[in-house]
Amino acid sequence: MTPESLLITALVLPLVGGALTLCLSKFQNARDGATIFTALVLLFVIIQLIGTTLSGGTVEWQLFEMLPGLSIEFRIEPLGMMFAGIAALLWPINSLYSVGYMRGNNEDNQTRFYLFFAIAIFGVMGVAFAGNLLTLFIFYEVLTLSTFPLVTHKGNDTALAGGRIYLSILLTTSIGLLLPAIIWTWTVAGTTDFSAGGILYGKISGVPLTILTLLFIFGIGKAAVMPVHRWLPAAMVAPTPVSALLHAVAVVKAGVFSVVKIVVYIIGIDTLSAAPWSSLLWILPGLTIVVASVVAIKQDNLKKRLAYSTIGQLSYVVLGALLIAPLSIKGAALHIVAHAFGKITLFFAAGSIYTSCKKTDVSQLDGIGWRMPFTMTAFTIGAISMIGLPPAAGFISKWYLLMGAFQVEQLVAVMVIITSTLLNTAYFMPVVYAAWFRKESGETILTYGEAPWPVVVALMLTAIITILLFLFPGIPFTLISAIPL
Amino acid sequence: MMSSQLPALQVVLPLLGAPFCFLLWRYPRWSWALATLLSWSAFGVAIMLLIQVQNAGTIEYAFGGWQAPWGIEYVVDQLNVLVLLIVSGIAAVVFPYSWTSVQREIDPEQQSLFFTSMLLCLAGLLGITIAGDAFNLFVLLEISSLSTYTMISMGRDRRALTASFQYLIMGTIGATFIIIGVGILYMLTGTLNMQDLATRIPDLGTSRASQVAFGFLITGIGLKLAMFPLHLWLPNAYAYAPSAASAFIAATATKVAVYVMVRYVFSIFGVGFSFETMHIQWLFVPVSVFAILFTSIVALFQRDIKRMLAYSSVAQIGYMLLGIGLVNVTGLSAALLHLFNHALMKGALFLAMGAVCYRIGNTFIDSMHGLGKQMPWTMAAFVVGGLSIVGVPLTTGFVSKWVLIQGAIENGWWPVVAVILVASLIAMLYIWRVVEAAYMKPRPEGAESITEAPASLLIPLWLLAAANIYFGANAQFSMELAQSAAKTLFNSAVVGF
Repeated sequence: MTPESLLITALVLPLVGGALTLCLSKFQNARDGATIFTALVLLFVIIQLIGTTLSGGTVEWQLFEMLPGLSIEFRIEPLGMMFAGIAALLWPINSLYSVGYMRGNNEDNQTRFYLFFAIAIFGVMGVAFAGNLLTLFIFYEVLTLSTFPLVTHKGNDTALAGGRIYLSILLTTSIGLLLPAIIWTWTVAGTTDFSAGGILYGKISGVPLTILTLLFIFGIGKAAVMPVHRWLPAAMVAPTPVSALLHAVAVVKAGVFSVVKIVVYIIGIDTLSAAPWSSLLWILPGLTIVVASVVAIKQDNLKKRLAYSTIGQLSYVVLGALLIAPLSIKGAALHIVAHAFGKITLFFAAGSIYTSCKKTDVSQLDGIGWRMPFTMTAFTIGAISMIGLPPAAGFISKWYLLMGAFQVEQLVAVMVIITSTLLNTAYFMPVVYAAWFRKESGETILTYGEAPWPVVVALMLTAIITILLFLFPGIPFTLISAIPL
Repeated sequence: MMSSQLPALQVVLPLLGAPFCFLLWRYPRWSWALATLLSWSAFGVAIMLLIQVQNAGTIEYAFGGWQAPWGIEYVVDQLNVLVLLIVSGIAAVVFPYSWTSVQREIDPEQQSLFFTSMLLCLAGLLGITIAGDAFNLFVLLEISSLSTYTMISMGRDRRALTASFQYLIMGTIGATFIIIGVGILYMLTGTLNMQDLATRIPDLGTSRASQVAFGFLITGIGLKLAMFPLHLWLPNAYAYAPSAASAFIAATATKVAVYVMVRYVFSIFGVGFSFETMHIQWLFVPVSVFAILFTSIVALFQRDIKRMLAYSSVAQIGYMLLGIGLVNVTGLSAALLHLFNHALMKGALFLAMGAVCYRIGNTFIDSMHGLGKQMPWTMAAFVVGGLSIVGVPLTTGFVSKWVLIQGAIENGWWPVVAVILVASLIAMLYIWRVVEAAYMKPRPEGAESITEAPASLLIPLWLLAAANIYFGANAQFSMELAQSAAKTLFNSAVVGF
């Protein structure tokens, strides 16, 4: 197949998968099989596309022109390829996990769940391959809208209330801030295409450029830089596979990915570093990192704790982008990968615990490691990666972020990263410690073991990948060094 | 031969068809069939006119061969061909729809009268758009207004009568203002032909009389297009009219009035007089900002969804006036584009409400609980129209907002940008209320089970819903028309056509 048709296939496949689940809704096994099968085909297609990108080929496809000079178009570049790669690798694993989780918990409306899941992946592919800001915005919104039915899956009042916060914050920021930023860019630059070195050089400078940058950072609510982070804890009402998807693959990664992409390909790092106060922009994510980590320590609900951890970890990526150093931007891109696999492992583990014994709080987890050894081993690996210790992927990305901070001599930023590493330890290690070294409290005489096998297989897979990424970081490295900085 | 007579046929066909339609009063179905046929032919004529204008430029048509200053002249240019297309296109969709819808809402003996009024209204609206002289425009405005009053008064609810009466009073005041303005212009210039007016008005300089005429005309047209705060007739009129009439009027009547406004402000009085002498933008901008914010908020609190849509219309008209008030080509393009786009979205939304009314007898939000499962196609079309009102990408509303915001940024009017965005968010809230009621609430206990609306309602509804998506994804056609019209309006300093 030609690269163009591969690109089109990658965009259309999730929709085909969604249609298949709809057709097969009467036959549970066939339906779930179809989802996993589609996900595997997508992975295959994406691997081929990665091959093309690594060999330096460019792939473009224009769907149609909305207004003269303003079209819906897709163009593959290394950063987007990496994002699409993560999503394509995690979709089959997540689907496998979903099958175990949804059946294990007897959830209703499973067909609707798989359908919107597939549409969300469609949104991710669109965001990853978007060739200009307009296309990015459209698929960003597709992602927001398609994940809403997933967040409110349970359909009760708590779910609806959480969903309302989720939708209102994401739509308000995107329509209220991101859209005007995009139209502003279009008005001054006459184009919204992503191109190496940015498109704003000489078109806008001074304070307006700083304001535009801020509009982008806060307009992309999915990146959850405080104070637009509130939707993330609210979305925790969703079933765990959705939380995993939201946090690791689709929604938040689309957010930070968009931030990095806009900094690199729209604003341009040279243009941005010339803007007034640009050397202070990193303080926004810096504060978010520290505050979110402190809040995470106080959460007893495991998923809430993970949610605040995500807010902090996302800001690492934004911080990397806003330090405006080539090394820190590479670190940001790497952290997208590292966090994806680490965090999805942690969520899978949380869901696994819920499926097998309905426990949701950290304080209930004493001694659970010996009941669910696979789950808790995976959890431990995920936690190590989040803290940034070897031998897990998180170590490499933190290393690059620190190097970047040194490169631009932002010693306070270095302090922030180190402090937050300590805080990460402070909220993850108690869980690990309780699970392995505390005695189970006497009252629970319940007997339970591991979660259903698809769940366990899925979480082991992601944990193994987290370690493999540390040992063999070749592919993400090659992609990242191809980003034109 | 025929093709040179198209401008006349555009108006004459529905106008002469109307009496025949009424003569068939014993056979409402035939009367409807005739009206539908004529609406389709009007659409066909409009398309042919569009092709002619794009190939050969402005068409001037002298009625009965009497040349312009003495005879009646019809003029078709890039601006009004767009409006002709909207009006006749919406008619071609709503007329077929009206049969099924009317069965539930109007007594059989009055049905022919309804179809006749709709046809007359169509003739009037097309005539206003195509007319080349100010007096003719007034006459056709009256034809369309009178037939609109009739249609509204046929609503099932008795409050339709007061709504119609209210509109009658306000509409007549508006028409009187317009005729006074036209009268003064006639005294000053001795002509009623628009082209002649456009050439002679600059000679008057800044005479007080021409300023007074301008004031009367703006106020009169403002009443007709429901310019805030002259919009008070509109919510009741739209809410209590029969569903087919609501859809038709909401999608066309105010658009034609906006066209008349553009015609007077840009072509007849000219950019210089309107914006530099009279500073009309300092009326349009604050008024439309108020309209956008205030009526959007009012829309949030409506129980009757048709009323909610009516308030939303006032806000959307605010967008168009705002586009005019920006006084740049982009802003005017946005206004004209929104004219087209808003017709599509409001048409779809009102048709969806007509289908709901057909099944459950009213359009109150509390009786629409759980409809998403029982009338999936109707509600899905409503959602498409709603997304378009909000301005979600890949719908027409997004394109309008994009261009309008671009126009505001070109002027550096950031607060106006904020207003547009805030209004989009409010629109999201009022559409969301309906979505939540229809999809997330259970059917009320004891409510009878209902089924999807019949295909005769769904097909027209989905034609418009699909048009919302098509022209939202590929706005080349509508944008090019709007943009070239806007450019002509700004560049033609003296001769306005």
